[in-house]
Amino acid sequence: MPGSSTGSRWGYYVTGAALAILFLFPLLWSGWASVRTDTGFGLENYDRLFTSDNGIRPYHVLNSLAVSALTVGGTLFVATLGGYAFGRFRFPGRDALFLLTLAILMVPYATILIALYVLLGWLGLEDSLIGLSLVLIMFQLPFSIFMMRNSFEAVPLELEEAARVDGCTTFGTLVRIMLPAVRPGLITVGLFAFLTSWSEFFAPLILLNSTDKFTTTLAVVNLRTASHGSIDYAALEAGVVFMAVPCLLLFAFMQRSYVRGFTSGALKG
Amino acid sequence: MPVTMTSPPRERAEPERRPAPRTRRRSHGGRRRRALTGAAYAAPTAVMVGLFFLVPLGLVVWMSLHRWPLLGKPTLNVPNNYAGVADNELVVSAAWFTLKYTAIMTVLLFVVAFGLALLVQHRRPGVGFLRAAFFLPMAVGFASASLLFLGLLSDEIGPVNDLLSWLGVVDGYVSWTSGSAGSALGSAVVLVLWRFAGFNMLILLTGLQAIPVDVYEAARIDGASRWQTFRRITLPLMRPTIALVLTLMSTGSLLAFDQFWILTRGGPDNSTTSLVMVIYREAFIRLDLGSAAGISVVLLAVLLVFNAVQFGVLRRRSE
Repeated sequence: MPGSSTGSRWGYYVTGAALAILFLFPLLWSGWASVRTDTGFGLENYDRLFTSDNGIRPYHVLNSLAVSALTVGGTLFVATLGGYAFGRFRFPGRDALFLLTLAILMVPYATILIALYVLLGWLGLEDSLIGLSLVLIMFQLPFSIFMMRNSFEAVPLELEEAARVDGCTTFGTLVRIMLPAVRPGLITVGLFAFLTSWSEFFAPLILLNSTDKFTTTLAVVNLRTASHGSIDYAALEAGVVFMAVPCLLLFAFMQRSYVRGFTSGALKG
Repeated sequence: MPVTMTSPPRERAEPERRPAPRTRRRSHGGRRRRALTGAAYAAPTAVMVGLFFLVPLGLVVWMSLHRWPLLGKPTLNVPNNYAGVADNELVVSAAWFTLKYTAIMTVLLFVVAFGLALLVQHRRPGVGFLRAAFFLPMAVGFASASLLFLGLLSDEIGPVNDLLSWLGVVDGYVSWTSGSAGSALGSAVVLVLWRFAGFNMLILLTGLQAIPVDVYEAARIDGASRWQTFRRITLPLMRPTIALVLTLMSTGSLLAFDQFWILTRGGPDNSTTSLVMVIYREAFIRLDLGSAAGISVVLLAVLLVFNAVQFGVLRRRSE
């Protein structure tokens, strides 16, 4: 077994520490660079991030929050009902639909986004946050449906049976018995839906045209791509930190839940 | 489906037998009503998958057969979009660059992720911290991570140049992201390694931990060396998980966009322009959606063949 001798234990800790520093350094550096100013430390970079000509505006943040809320809500709604259906019911076409949903992973979105742009135009949803959210929900479905199906399958049959004997409808059973039992799965699905929708760049770049619809990610990237001449790197790093903080906080607070979601759901399939 | 492959084979038949005991006791009408209820719960999924996946999949093929301007009426022009793909010099150079990048990225990312997974596979003090440290970059969105590295590698505020010239590795300032084709590619590779190594490490870790301890025990009793154990036990038993991460890595690399769009802007001289960047340029700068759809369909076909071959090869070798 590795780590049995003192020498290899030292080797392990030195290697581990060196690698950990390499992986943590960029994050720590961007935090440091975002508060570093000509005269010392301060929030001037954040000030420029929010006030310069093509900086972040409050409506960019609101747009991002709206897209994230719609995507998380929509994904949880579709994946909960779908996971319940795939995990607990038999109906014609069940396996075909399940495989088709997973096939979304095999057809990466960059190749169909041009067609989605045209399709949303036909549906009257071009340049719309709702249209963007619908597309993001669709891309979340393979992972989410898979996760929720496994979570529902892992709930003991007796629980559902007891509820049925007590006269619960399938919907009543879902709300009162099943949802509490699949909570770790729901948290994992919701967390990943948030992380994706909050930081996604390519889909909003294609699907949103007008700057007042831009999400925060688009606005921050615009600081780089729309700048002619010199780039305000310090404001850029402030933008990186601003985008990353909610995700890092969620990771920290929910680590236990989503690791449980992973181990109780996904790995049992 | 991908995660299914990480579980041991004997568990795979399980979902089939699960729903049986409940439905068998029911009357014909009850079973039918229950099937209808199930179908109703699956309806939102069916609508989403049909409308936003199947329809665009057909539509992208349909568009590739037309002259399809961003504004205005599409007209049939088959096979001009496909002929244009081969004639377009930028498409050809982008295709070669994307393939080269995919090969480099997949190999390096796999080696690093597997190394990290082996490092943190056993429970011991501090291992939780290491796993978290390697995985943490996933919390930063990929576009944000690209911007982070743009600053990190810049002459203006980045510490990398100072650090390397202090170490004597470089002489004076190097413009990493735009100085030369090689350094621009290298910058993107380092960025992707940093951002995705921990994620792939986690998938490989689940595969490593699914190998029963007594298999290792038996090898140890037989006097196998650590290298023999790795070659004869770890690698063969990890094959499904390895297939999964290799597919994820190569597919992700073939579709590279954010890292080049933000970090290198495709330069210098289009040397780091990826295929998806060309699709974007055709559609929204040249306003020719038909041509963009043509390239998309070619890329889609390549990806499907690529994944089919990869799965075929890996499955045959594991039999």
